[in-house]
Amino acid sequence: MSEARRGTGPEPTMDMTNKEVMKRIEYTGDMLLNMGPQHPSTHGVINFLVQTDGEVMKRAIPEVGYLHRSLEKIAEKCTYNGYMPYTDRIDYIAAMFANQGWAMAIERLLDVKVPRRAEYCRVIACELNRISSHLVAVGTMSMDIGAVTPFPYALREREFINDLLEELCGARLTYNYLRIGGVAFDLPESYGDKVLTFVDHFEKILVEFNRLITYNEIFVQRLANLAPISPELAIEYCLVGPNLRGSGVKFDVRRDIPYSIYPELQFDIPVGRGELGVTGDCWDRFWVRVAEMRESCRILRQCIAQIPEGETMAKMPRKIKVPEGVEASVRIESARGDMQYYVIGGGENAYRCKVRTGSFTAMGIIDPLSRGLMVADLVALIASLDVVAPEIDR
Amino acid sequence: MTAEEIHAQLAAKFGERIGPLMPPNKDSWALVNKAEDLIEIGQFCKGELGFDCLINLSGVDWPKKNQIEIVYHLYSYSKRHQFVLKVQLDRTAPSLPSLESVWKSADWLEREQYDLLGVEFRGHPDLRRIMMPDDWVGHPLRKDYKEQASWHNIETTRESPLDGFVRLDDLTKRKAAATAAIVPAAEKKEVLQ
Repeated sequence: MSEARRGTGPEPTMDMTNKEVMKRIEYTGDMLLNMGPQHPSTHGVINFLVQTDGEVMKRAIPEVGYLHRSLEKIAEKCTYNGYMPYTDRIDYIAAMFANQGWAMAIERLLDVKVPRRAEYCRVIACELNRISSHLVAVGTMSMDIGAVTPFPYALREREFINDLLEELCGARLTYNYLRIGGVAFDLPESYGDKVLTFVDHFEKILVEFNRLITYNEIFVQRLANLAPISPELAIEYCLVGPNLRGSGVKFDVRRDIPYSIYPELQFDIPVGRGELGVTGDCWDRFWVRVAEMRESCRILRQCIAQIPEGETMAKMPRKIKVPEGVEASVRIESARGDMQYYVIGGGENAYRCKVRTGSFTAMGIIDPLSRGLMVADLVALIASLDVVAPEIDR
Repeated sequence: MTAEEIHAQLAAKFGERIGPLMPPNKDSWALVNKAEDLIEIGQFCKGELGFDCLINLSGVDWPKKNQIEIVYHLYSYSKRHQFVLKVQLDRTAPSLPSLESVWKSADWLEREQYDLLGVEFRGHPDLRRIMMPDDWVGHPLRKDYKEQASWHNIETTRESPLDGFVRLDDLTKRKAAATAAIVPAAEKKEVLQ
């Protein structure tokens, strides 16, 4: 692949700019298009340099970094508790998971045991967030490929979850709900009933959603057999979460590297089977997300039934201090897949915090996959990988 | 396999070239003594030990030790085990062979560390800045990094909106102190009259 990537121009050097890299591609009469940075279907501010021959792409080079806010550097500057609101901004569609990763990393550094009720609160909040994130993913994906109806359908349901999460923590998008050692607030009164009412309602909607969209003949024809990713390729490029499972790899951090209370809960891991096309095509990735929403509903039901009484915060010192040089890495299953926090302690603030997100590695596979696709299919490919721009750039 | 077993296999194959298994306080890791061995060790890890995925690659700057540390998190989807390898590089000219030929995910992960820490990955097919603009000066995650004052006539700093900010408590205290200072003077005037 590296040979093809070099084009036929001079060898790449360290100080080449993007433009020079594009110039390396020998002039063949191809068209060079800028898709983005402001483009409705790139899911945020990403630029794709697309080299096309008519409607067929020769390659698409993703250019990221427009939303780089140096969140890893900020982690070195502020206290452990003070960094929690910043983690929301890593991925604004599924902020709860970034919260959880940071909290779990520091808890691991300090060997804190989180109270059981707090763990349940976390899982309830996270699974609600997972549904809302997947709703955005499937809604925007269908809109990107031309079906407008599913988008309001999905966002209507997401509003209920936003209301539920607002009642829980006061925010609709950047929650800042988790704390190191527990959660900020206990569940409000009769919250379980409200969640159950929503789950009952939502499970019926999912059936309707499947009938209306997932198995829709036009939709299937558009997405089946499109841009398939083999399991080996997915692992090689470190695809995670629904993208990996869409390729048929049965791996879920919640099940395989268990954390929190997930070992006690019953849920299935949906994997792509190539039901209507090839395994790992865009439709499989779409279907995995829809199926995961149903599993999240199952988890929510169990959590509401099992949640114990008790404290929601462990005893934590006012000023958290971690000895310098101690390190911990934590992996959690975010809505966009395996998210890894690698944190090195350094007194009152972290010495180094590295966040490896699912979208970042997913972007790496677009260049090799795009070769030979149609331009319109690039949009479907990006949408099916469910990348979120702030999560790539951090 | 546990970390001990993986390390035993690595030590049996590479001997002195792999450091001892370091404190298993949180995550145990092993040091690769010479960066030149990385590709060979990487291929052994991928082939014999089943590590089919490089899940994370981070760089850490240690100015006190004059080192930059590159940390590889490996995971095996087929055997479900993980291991951490570290390489320590000279801070003035950090350079090591790229693992892009072993694991494709290293492509973007290495570009990120090149951009943010200024580590050169030799043999990387497309080593360009990824987060920062192409003509940015410096590598932000270095501990002694100083931001450039402006970039294309855009200032990188701005005045803090909190400059000259007075807390409400302090304001009431000041007012109270001011009135307390005035009142006795007024009383004195009355006395004089």
